[in-house]
Amino acid sequence: MSNSNPTTIESPWARRALIGVGFLFLALFLFLPLVMVFAGALAKGWSVFFETLVDPDALAAIRLTLLVAAISVPINAVFGVAASWAIAKFDFRGKSLLISLIDLPFSVSPVVSGLIFVLLFGAQGWLGPWLTEHGMRIIFAVPGIVLATVFVTFPFVARELIPLMAEQGRDDEEAARSLGANGWQIFWHVTLPNIRWGLLYGVLLCNARAMGEFGAVSVVSGHIRGLTNTMPLHVEILYNEYDFVGAFAVASLLASLALVTLGVKTVLEWRFGIHRAGAAH
Amino acid sequence: MSIVVDNISRRFGGFTALDRVTLETKPGEFLALLGPSGSGKTTLLRTIAGLDFADEGHVLFDGQDMTGTPAAERRIGFVFQNYALFRHMTVADNIAFGLTVRKRRDRPAKAAIAAKVAELLELIQLPQLGDRYPAQLSGGQRQRVALARALAIEPRLLLLDEPFGALDAQVRKDLRGWLRRIHDETGLTSIFVTHDQEEALEIADRIVVMRGGVIEQIGTPAEVQSAPATAFVSSFIGETNRLPVTRRDGAAIIGDGLATVPDEARGQGGGEIHIRPHDVELAQSGAADALPVTVLASRPIGRSRRITAELAGIAEPLTFDLPVAEEAAAGQSLSIRPVRYRIF
Repeated sequence: MSNSNPTTIESPWARRALIGVGFLFLALFLFLPLVMVFAGALAKGWSVFFETLVDPDALAAIRLTLLVAAISVPINAVFGVAASWAIAKFDFRGKSLLISLIDLPFSVSPVVSGLIFVLLFGAQGWLGPWLTEHGMRIIFAVPGIVLATVFVTFPFVARELIPLMAEQGRDDEEAARSLGANGWQIFWHVTLPNIRWGLLYGVLLCNARAMGEFGAVSVVSGHIRGLTNTMPLHVEILYNEYDFVGAFAVASLLASLALVTLGVKTVLEWRFGIHRAGAAH
Repeated sequence: MSIVVDNISRRFGGFTALDRVTLETKPGEFLALLGPSGSGKTTLLRTIAGLDFADEGHVLFDGQDMTGTPAAERRIGFVFQNYALFRHMTVADNIAFGLTVRKRRDRPAKAAIAAKVAELLELIQLPQLGDRYPAQLSGGQRQRVALARALAIEPRLLLLDEPFGALDAQVRKDLRGWLRRIHDETGLTSIFVTHDQEEALEIADRIVVMRGGVIEQIGTPAEVQSAPATAFVSSFIGETNRLPVTRRDGAAIIGDGLATVPDEARGQGGGEIHIRPHDVELAQSGAADALPVTVLASRPIGRSRRITAELAGIAEPLTFDLPVAEEAAAGQSLSIRPVRYRIF
């Protein structure tokens, strides 16, 4: 927004004050904590910082976080594309219900999302006895963490693609169909190239959340060190044990991830700028 | 190729888009589906293309039932109003698309595809633009590329959905004549949808006038203009003055006895008379078969003079085209005799 914007009627003083308040707020609540994270991580120097990160438990947490993201992000990318394709390109009964269901994880508290899985698969849960009988563990194990993460992050890709695909309409697909292309060719050569930036953007947000999710994962994980601790959970444990440098070191990794996501997101927005207009959540 | 549309019906929820539509085209014909929005013309075109499927009825290509055949297997060229070019592909790749997606045993060699693309670029008079992207072309150029892409698969039938709808008036006029020439050169049976009667009259061999999912009339441009089958066709194609009449014993009384004209069809009761602006002449004042009008405005347009006039008791102003030499001033009274008219 430029200063010469004719719709601005406030005096220059008021405008500067507003901008100032905005920046002050950002500095206080975003920038300062971020600096504190890195400062805390490096409080005892680089060597301690690295030592903390190569600690077996920390490494296990990093590995688990990457594994969970590597499973849940592709699942949700596929699900998101399929759901948006169905919603944007076809008319069917229950379409608005499907749209509301996709939004559900956004409106439910992550803790509740985690509890759903405990109630379903936990020892006292619905399917618990059957699972125990067959020697399968879901709660307090990696499958539960993956399930909870998939649930919490599943709206990201779909939310990004539905408005984009709805705006693009069906003409391109129908043109391809009339030219003799089969369903797979249409998807691969026409639909996917049309949505690639939106898809990448959605995957990025999905990944950031998958790696950073705390609430739902905390409920189903059981906090078993070296086994079911993800990075956010590991941060909490270290912090509760007064190992501030360790907590901040792992936290700084997560913060770096956020910064990288932000950077790539900015580049993507710049790449396909106008298409983003209707896609905000 | 000849196409038969046999008793096609299509409903969307409670809305009837097509109601028992039957239609037959001759090979090599250029057919226009003309009607206001919601008349079912686009649904009919999409049903012929296989992009939509009828609830009842059949579609036959050269006598072969194609009703359930998917679009990909019909070998039809379809051109969309908004071009529907693949934005991430070059013009050449767009044109080649229909050939490159073929199964390997049916796919022409790379060189053959390139030659075909070059030939089509020549046909659409854009030989230099193969490397451009759709976003770098004007609307008219894009629509020509869309046509070339449709022609690349050597379709048996060309279907165009409002092909000029998104273009500005001048480009639209140029493209019309060009499309007609392409049609004549390729000899393809073509069907195009339009809501613009002028467009249909100018380039179609026959016009199918539709309203509310029903065909009102099928005829040559001359037929639909001079012998409209229904009041709707008469008022939709060309300008028409519509006045209420009472029909009695071979005479039609306009309004409350404003004028009485012969009624050859010898109908009875109420009706509507349609008089085209140029189907009138000036009469002696007081003539029983002429309308006593008061001139509201008069301006010369080309070789005629367009008169806007009002008639006592009729809310809508009337328009008439008289020879340009007939001076008429606002407020003047004139007697206008309908020479040709139709009563519905």
